[in-house]
Amino acid sequence: MTQTLTSASRAAASRQRRQATARSRSRRATITAYLFLLPSALPLLAFVVLPMFRAAWTSLHEWNLLTPKAWVGLDNYRDLLTDPETAAAFRHTAYYVLGVLPLTLVGGLGLALALHRSFRGRNLLRGVYFLPVVTSWIAVAIVWRWLLNPSVGIVNELLAMVGIDGPGWWADPAWAMPSIILASAWKDLGYVMVLLLAGLQSLPTDVQEAAMIDGASWWRRLRSITLPLLTPSIFFVVVISLINGFQVFDQVFAMTGGGPNGASEVVVQRIYDLTFRYGEAGMASALSMVLFLVILGVTLIQIRGEKRWVNYA
Amino acid sequence: MRSRSASWLVNAVLVIGAASMLFPFLWTLTTSLTAGAGLSATPSLIPADPSLDAYTTLFTATPFARVIANSVGLAIAVTVAQVATSSTAAYAFSRFDFPGKRAAFALYLATMMIPMQVLVVPLFEQMRDLGLIDSYLGVILPTMASAFGVFLLRQAMAAVPRELDEAATIDGAGHVRVFWRIVLPNVRPALATFGIFAFMSSWNAFLWPLVVLRSEDMKTLPLALASLQGQFTTQWDVMMAGSIVSILPMLALYIFAQRYIIQGVAGSGIK
Repeated sequence: MTQTLTSASRAAASRQRRQATARSRSRRATITAYLFLLPSALPLLAFVVLPMFRAAWTSLHEWNLLTPKAWVGLDNYRDLLTDPETAAAFRHTAYYVLGVLPLTLVGGLGLALALHRSFRGRNLLRGVYFLPVVTSWIAVAIVWRWLLNPSVGIVNELLAMVGIDGPGWWADPAWAMPSIILASAWKDLGYVMVLLLAGLQSLPTDVQEAAMIDGASWWRRLRSITLPLLTPSIFFVVVISLINGFQVFDQVFAMTGGGPNGASEVVVQRIYDLTFRYGEAGMASALSMVLFLVILGVTLIQIRGEKRWVNYA
Repeated sequence: MRSRSASWLVNAVLVIGAASMLFPFLWTLTTSLTAGAGLSATPSLIPADPSLDAYTTLFTATPFARVIANSVGLAIAVTVAQVATSSTAAYAFSRFDFPGKRAAFALYLATMMIPMQVLVVPLFEQMRDLGLIDSYLGVILPTMASAFGVFLLRQAMAAVPRELDEAATIDGAGHVRVFWRIVLPNVRPALATFGIFAFMSSWNAFLWPLVVLRSEDMKTLPLALASLQGQFTTQWDVMMAGSIVSILPMLALYIFAQRYIIQGVAGSGIK
């Protein structure tokens, strides 16, 4: 009896000891894990999360970057609603997105389908179409300013050869956005192509083969099999184009500077100008919050919409 | 089935399309080699009298050598910082169970939805308070961590078999050794992919450097290119020379690392 008791209590004691060492080991592991996280967690907290809260806080103030912030509540948001230039910035941004998206989507889809077939030189062609994606937007914007130069640009010279009097491109308020859209489509085409190629490569081949054996035409197979199966990729391209499109800035800054006469000013440029040109950092912060909500909204649509109408294989 | 001739037609269209994709680059190069292009001379596809005058002007009239050094130094610093901070975090997420792990990971993912464009005002305020305006550190600090990198590397590390870690642990290796000697060498392709993207995005970055860098000597290539437009309004040969200098390193990187770059884009949607 005593024998069993002592052995039982000894077992309990050793279990306790084991649990204690396990607990201290897991505490040590937790500390180690946190130490491994620290080098990235600190900068992300300090330079993404904290600024996000600061932007929200600043958006409730009037502030010219120099004097102390003055509380104005939601006034900045109300001002944004009635500010014609902000409305114009959103219109231009929407114009940009709606101009670039169809061009890159249709072009990228065509390219992806054509470059999905196997033939010699396929990889080289893919590489060429993708090349503009890796280049700096500023370099590319300057190049396009030169190509689309109204008086001495090669595009207007080529147009003149076939008897067309070329437009004023970036120097003409009506043609400023189309110029930016043209350059952007050229630069983003390969990006969309690669995303859609990845989608095509992951499609099952058996349905295609069965349809081919049944004698379905190429067009029929494209419409009834390939495109429906490709909807997740197409959907992803649309969402990512919207998200990137709302953040457009570099090419606008370098191609037109938002001009002529504000004809191509986009949302991010408006944020920049409000802050650094007009000393309206509070209003700029409010606009930043609105832009963030737009991007967040698009992301949520992606998460929802993916389930609703995307056709998974 | 499509006929052979239809296939030929598609390929012909592809080649014409590829030529027009390449044309802007070619035109940039020939313009940069045509002295006085846009003013006194009109470039042609093959320059009749190629000249390096534009490049000489670029490097003598502007601190372009310094600008290139700035871009190279910053891109290397940002790449090293991002690869280092992302890989340790990825190790924590793939090898430990700790309280708050799910919440922490969700927070990392959430930061990916906040673009730099939204943070310009508060980050400017913060960097000014820290006295970092017009400094390299001011460029590096906000971009030294990348949630995207953590995400990408965590996926790669999750695929490294745990047995490898355990074997090393039995041999007495701690976490630092397992991370450095076992896990990192096994995710080299992912490290390369992420490193290339970090380098490219730093090299091409515009908005944040524009906000934080002020003096001509501190500027990076995209900033210097943008200000060339003010300085050489109609000297297109000089501006095209600047563009060529900015594009060439990316072109070289692309030729050597095309596989990594295209796979990276296809797998994640970043650019």
